[in-house]
Amino acid sequence: MMYKVFKNTMLSIFALAVIVPSSIVVLGAFKKDNEIYSNPLALPKSWNFNNFRTLIHEGNVFTPFKNSVIVSLFSVAITLLFASLAAYGIARMTTITGRMLFMLFSLGLAIPGQVNIIPIYHLFVKLHLTNSLVGLILVNIALTLPISIFILTSFFKDIPKEMYEVAGIDGAGHLRIYRSIALPLSRPALGATGIFLFVICWNDLLYPLMLITQLDKKTLPLTLIDFRGEFATSYSMLFTAIMVASVPMIAMYIFMQRSFIAGLTAGAVKG
Amino acid sequence: MALPAVAVYSFLYLYPAVQNLLYATERWDGVTKPQQVGLHNFVHLATSDDLFRRIVGNNIRFTLIVVIFQTAFSLLFATFLLKNTKTTIFLRVIYFFPTILSSVSVGLIWTFLYNPNFGFINATLKAMGLNSLALNWLGDTKYSLYAIAVTQIWFHTGQMVIIYVAGLQQIPADLYEAAEVDGATRWQQFKNITWPMALPTTAVVVAYTTIQSFRAFDLVYSMTQGGPQNSSDLIVTSIYNTAFASFKYGYASAQSVVLILVVLLVTWLQRRTLRIDYGVKK
Repeated sequence: MMYKVFKNTMLSIFALAVIVPSSIVVLGAFKKDNEIYSNPLALPKSWNFNNFRTLIHEGNVFTPFKNSVIVSLFSVAITLLFASLAAYGIARMTTITGRMLFMLFSLGLAIPGQVNIIPIYHLFVKLHLTNSLVGLILVNIALTLPISIFILTSFFKDIPKEMYEVAGIDGAGHLRIYRSIALPLSRPALGATGIFLFVICWNDLLYPLMLITQLDKKTLPLTLIDFRGEFATSYSMLFTAIMVASVPMIAMYIFMQRSFIAGLTAGAVKG
Repeated sequence: MALPAVAVYSFLYLYPAVQNLLYATERWDGVTKPQQVGLHNFVHLATSDDLFRRIVGNNIRFTLIVVIFQTAFSLLFATFLLKNTKTTIFLRVIYFFPTILSSVSVGLIWTFLYNPNFGFINATLKAMGLNSLALNWLGDTKYSLYAIAVTQIWFHTGQMVIIYVAGLQQIPADLYEAAEVDGATRWQQFKNITWPMALPTTAVVVAYTTIQSFRAFDLVYSMTQGGPQNSSDLIVTSIYNTAFASFKYGYASAQSVVLILVVLLVTWLQRRTLRIDYGVKK
């Protein structure tokens, strides 16, 4: 009895802790500032898209949205390609080279990528890669390769050896086996890893903050930070911008829930 | 086949990491020629930089709080949500939701909730007549770090619940049935079955949470920028400010070397304790 009460209380408190702030943001996107301050949980006086319209008119959310899409999609696609090629190599190479390669990439798991901000910054200044989406994509690829290779290697190793061997007997080369056996069989793993990477790239603040100053190259997290005013923040506009920035994630979460959760937890379990 | 990955990784990960070690032995403002100073940066960090020592202290406190509470909550919720029913699956989906938001969004939403004048938390406290508890959460040196820790726990507990549920569902049900027959209480079942059997999962959760908490740059930057008076500064924010606000690149690199050492030390300690723990219980 006591246990039941305790359990239900705890579960309800945390559920409310998630639902209440989320509702404040969603409702706030349809309100004026003073409505948010006086009663954040009340329904908006009138449901209209004025905030969204203002946001689009002032043009300071469309460009960052586009930039974030470009950076995230290219980063994820290229990382998945490079990582799956390397992971295939590592999984299939029983020689010392395979193990050495794996050790090399494991090093990247031990060193947090954030510690490289200073050398990366100076390197990119030299290469004229600051204020460049290509620069961000390159950083994302380098930062996420170790964890991706780690996850994908374990999946490629789980594919029964016979599958590879049979293909080998039939005269298929490594590239062929990679393309027609390893990749199709690990589609769920690739999807989950892809989502995991997409979330990282979409949300990254540190590297864009350091590398991007030009307005037309900013990504969404940087733009959100800019909404925080020096003295007063317009929360109605901020909440609207947060809604816009979260739409792709929420859509992915709703339509690909399984892969999404698998992806965001695979990073932990495999890493 | 590994060639493209090795190329990018060597050039943009390993090479900068080595470069970082070199910078750490220099004094450099980014404009004039760098000066070789040997281990001077490290000596200064260890002996005469009180601020940095405080920041390392902040980081350790932050990590401890987050690891302890987040792990405890997620294990508790996972035991509640273990069975797959409509309600538990629905709650797991709700709990996981914050994980899909960007850390900047989370930081800014909580900045609103914590606002001393019109924020939701203080408004609620005042409505309940608890005016004395309506504090300036982010603006007071006593509370800022803890306030951010609460946000971090809110942000990632759901993710850890999912990992724990996956781990706990591996525990054979007949263990509990046997314990039930023997008349074991819920607490005894938890202590003697769930906890020891879940230790490998706990190790994963703790390790992941630790690394996340050392990387909490986005939350700090979007909520307090380390203030007031550095009370919520963490090592990563300090590296960023030392480099890009004070332009002491060499000194900032030395701090990042310290960060690597701290992270390696903490992970090593955790691996040791959790493994020994596991061995004893077995």
